[in-house]
Amino acid sequence: MRKNHLLLAIVPIFASLAACSATVNTTTPAGTAASPGGKDAASAPGKSRLDTVISRGKLTCGVSGDLPGFSFVDQTGKYSGLDVDFCRALAAALFNDPEKVEYRNLTSKERFEVLKAGDVDLLSRNSTWTTGRDTGLGLEFVATMFYDGQGMMVNKTAGITKLEDLAGKSVCVETGTTTELNLADQMRKLNIDYKPLVFENGDATYAAYAQGRCEGVTSDRSQLAGRRTTLPKPEDHQVLEVVMSKEPLAPVVVNNDSRWADVVKWTVFTLTNADELGITAANVDEKLKSTDPVIKRFLGVEGTLGKDMGLPNDFTVKIIKAVGNYGEVYERNVGTGSKINLPRGINKLWNDGGLMYSPPFR
Amino acid sequence: MSTTKVPTKVPLWRDDRFWKITFQILAIITVLVIADFFLFNLRLNMAKRGSLFGFDFLGSQASFDIGEYLIPFQSQDAYGRAFLVGVLNSLKVMIIGVILTTILGVSVGIARFSNNWLVQKTVSTYVDLFRNTPILLQLLFWYFAVFSNLPKIENQIAVLGSFYISNRGLALPWLGDSPTAWSSLLGLIALAIAAFFVWQQRIKIMVEQGASGQNLLLVLLGMGVVALILFIFGLQWTFPVFTAGNKLNGGLSLSAEYCSLLLGLVFYTGAFVSEIVRAGIQSVAKGQWEAAKALGLNSGILMRLVIFPQALRVMIPPLTSEYLNLCKNSSLAIAIAYPDVYAVSSTILNQTGRAIEIVLMIMATYLLINLIIALAMNFLNSSVQIKER
Amino acid sequence: MTTQSTLPVAPPTPVINMGAWIKKNLFDGWFNSLLTVGIGLAFFNIAIGFIQWITTQAKWDVIPANLPLFMVGRFPASQYWRTWIIAAIVITLGGLTWGMLTLSKEPEGNHQIGFDRNTLIGIGILAFVVVFLPLDPNSKMFILGLICLGLGGCFLGRLGVRKVSNIGTLIGVGWLVSFLVNLWLLSGGFGLQTVGTDLWNGLLLTVFMASISITLSFPLGIIFALGRQSSLPVVKFFSVAYIEIFRGLPLVGILFAAQVMLPLILPGDWRIDRVVRAIAGLTIFTSAYLAEAIRGGLQAIPKGQGEAANALGLNTPLSLYLIVMPQALRAVIPALMNLFLSLFKDTSLLAVVGLVELTGISRNILANPVFLGRFAEVYLFVGMIYLVCCSLMSQASKQLEVNLGVGKR
Repeated sequence: MRKNHLLLAIVPIFASLAACSATVNTTTPAGTAASPGGKDAASAPGKSRLDTVISRGKLTCGVSGDLPGFSFVDQTGKYSGLDVDFCRALAAALFNDPEKVEYRNLTSKERFEVLKAGDVDLLSRNSTWTTGRDTGLGLEFVATMFYDGQGMMVNKTAGITKLEDLAGKSVCVETGTTTELNLADQMRKLNIDYKPLVFENGDATYAAYAQGRCEGVTSDRSQLAGRRTTLPKPEDHQVLEVVMSKEPLAPVVVNNDSRWADVVKWTVFTLTNADELGITAANVDEKLKSTDPVIKRFLGVEGTLGKDMGLPNDFTVKIIKAVGNYGEVYERNVGTGSKINLPRGINKLWNDGGLMYSPPFR
Repeated sequence: MSTTKVPTKVPLWRDDRFWKITFQILAIITVLVIADFFLFNLRLNMAKRGSLFGFDFLGSQASFDIGEYLIPFQSQDAYGRAFLVGVLNSLKVMIIGVILTTILGVSVGIARFSNNWLVQKTVSTYVDLFRNTPILLQLLFWYFAVFSNLPKIENQIAVLGSFYISNRGLALPWLGDSPTAWSSLLGLIALAIAAFFVWQQRIKIMVEQGASGQNLLLVLLGMGVVALILFIFGLQWTFPVFTAGNKLNGGLSLSAEYCSLLLGLVFYTGAFVSEIVRAGIQSVAKGQWEAAKALGLNSGILMRLVIFPQALRVMIPPLTSEYLNLCKNSSLAIAIAYPDVYAVSSTILNQTGRAIEIVLMIMATYLLINLIIALAMNFLNSSVQIKER
Repeated sequence: MTTQSTLPVAPPTPVINMGAWIKKNLFDGWFNSLLTVGIGLAFFNIAIGFIQWITTQAKWDVIPANLPLFMVGRFPASQYWRTWIIAAIVITLGGLTWGMLTLSKEPEGNHQIGFDRNTLIGIGILAFVVVFLPLDPNSKMFILGLICLGLGGCFLGRLGVRKVSNIGTLIGVGWLVSFLVNLWLLSGGFGLQTVGTDLWNGLLLTVFMASISITLSFPLGIIFALGRQSSLPVVKFFSVAYIEIFRGLPLVGILFAAQVMLPLILPGDWRIDRVVRAIAGLTIFTSAYLAEAIRGGLQAIPKGQGEAANALGLNTPLSLYLIVMPQALRAVIPALMNLFLSLFKDTSLLAVVGLVELTGISRNILANPVFLGRFAEVYLFVGMIYLVCCSLMSQASKQLEVNLGVGKR
């Protein structure tokens, strides 16, 4: 009996450890559905995230959740935006059901750590593709979804019309972003003495700007355009014409998993290619009957492009039916069909003066 | 005749010493096993991600700017310097915070014993309100609901012509930065110490020799006049002056972030300190109050000479915890854009991805500050203990 | 010869009317009068300004529009019945515990089974407020039903103390079982729709995190407190190291380290949920403080107890379990309740590491363009919730102390 009592002290230590492992299995919901705790398989040889996702039956997408036009969740819990539509396209390709996605709101501070830890399958979170992130953080940026640039939104009523007017004033910026670095570089180049106010999440940043705490706020121009629509008096604010840096936004996955990276990459190219071929959600059924070999290969009527990737052969059809082509996705979320009304600019197709270019589907 | 039994050797499994040693060995083994488990996984995971362990990243260029800095900092400076700037910003909040909290907490704690009903009720409402709401909420409230709603810099409020309040923060007159000013400051400090000793001496000769102490009083008055002259003229005050474009020249500018952090922390911790002071004063035996009143001491002298020194003994350990809490709560600066050590480290972490090294650095910083405060307060503690023979 | 009156002179009768009271308490001497006038004026101005703001300028519609978000966050609306059941279970058990604990055997404690006047008035006010809350009638009925459950539980608890002998153990087992049931109801599986931990937000997450952390930190805290007091040098060293390190770090730092480092130090196959990581961080932090509080209790036990236990032949573990711990734990109940209170408030820091509990969801609500700029209203409301919960808890702890005779024996 004495020995039992001696173990009294050691038992709780092991109990806590056991509880830790038990909670892995019990606290995370049982069953294969909606388990944010799938096995982190990207490292095991031969096993790719693709297999994990398919066996799970649901895609876990890391998004921002507070950026109108890209990923925004409203009061009822409904998600919308360009990045959200990309996740839906991917889910359509994998499961033929664009709703089989679980969204995770991530701040700019934690997004890469969460992706690396395996809690989400990919980031579709307006993340800029840079050398440092691609090579130094163990991440893989698949293909540019949106060519953007960093800009500055200023308060017109404060009499600011160009960057130099910000001398001696404050600029709000979100932590953990390339924006912080670009702002420092640009202001140093132009020799402007400003004061940065660094907030840890996007909402606080724009709240402080809306309150007038800082005279300027800097971020990607698309983000600024989106957030401008949510300010109390949008006409008082202006996104300056200056472009402070290149910001190619791309979905991100973890390194060393080519099968998964390929699936994500070619989903991006599907959207662009559909736009190039003129296939829309409305006419895709009709296009299935086309005799053009390029279209037949693209839509999976001929060839095994989809199957070779591990997807159903007509995955492109599923994608287009779910969200449309790139042009439709763009216009619906950030273009003329939305409040943001951003012209396509360099996001037009390559044969139209823009940069969106898909490698051929053959 | 009693036959004494030769005591049989105690079997090993009933020997207390055996169990003590076994238990300690088991404890060491357990800790080693757990630590090894963690370190093994750590090495495995870090190899998988391709990151290395090392502090060499501290020499690389930071490439980001920091909003407030006590030492000059530019984006070309290294990460190490950025971290130092963060540490200094944190210290700026902690030191001033501790001083202001003590003043506020002690005044409020003593005010609890006032026989003015209105004062008592106000104080107890303040304490209940500020103790029962989370500090993060209070900080957010101070920053977003109070400071952000102050008028903009164009319409700022001027108090007494030299203090300016706007939504950017406070602007105060401040000391100049010249040799005259610094030597005047040193002179003032020296005068204060000297005055303390003169005062002690005066009390001593009044008590021991029955002298009137007039001479030393005159000396003290003279010292006071010199101090006043130094204060007004020697320190070379600069006043905040706003030029066109609302640039600030002269004076000290405290940003709204710093002010809301400081005020939030001071009011929150002050409520707890006032409760500690109250408990300390209540721990003094009632007989002491009655004896002092019987001797004819009025309430000011009673509190200062009789009650408070005795209360101090009980107060100092919990006061240490409260100061430590203040220092730790200052890490919430990240929620209101004040670049303290945690906020800057978090930015560095995002840019470099070196999680382990940065976590270790933050841990070391806070533990060091913790240690210094605990040592200082321990010293204070032992100096107020009852000197027993 | 002086003749003194032989009648004893009665002491002067205190004048108990309003005027005398005001003079004594408010205007006793010039300094106090000045203070009264000054504070009175300031208070008056602030109060008038505040009331004006509340009734005219503040836009309170942000609260009723988002009340479900504040309470349970993004828990699917179709599954709200689960949260109601959880609330019902917790309130019933809470009522039973309250009843059991408030029927005490101490001379100063409470002895009646029914409710005293103050409690009845408080319940009346609560019911009144609920009826006038801007909610749909169903919810109001549910809340009133919950209040009745709580009161019924209290009544049953008090009856139980009189009639059933081991009511304490029964209620303890009840809590344990209810914990598993609540976990099942929250997360789903085994027949219920699964709800990811990401969707546990608002007050629901706050209460959940606080209760789990305090429960898990108890055994750890006791171990380290005993370890620090131990005469075995190795054990003492490890305990002191643990306690001093984790007391010296800010909670935000520990939570952040838990989020970032736990995936690194555990095998890659173990997928640790974000909520579990936060619980680990909170537990480690609380256990360090708990260990110090319990150490205080251990130090308060007279040495004679330990020596008597030794004399009786009890070895260390037995004497700990039977003699020392019961007394130590009883002596530190005020400190324990204090810790629980601060843990409840510290759950608000989870907002900084990405978990959306009460403070976090208020930030989300403020981001909604419709409610831009309503900082004061939302933060005041959330502050009120915390204030009410914490005041209730400190009241309960004071009552508990009286009923258990803390400090009297």
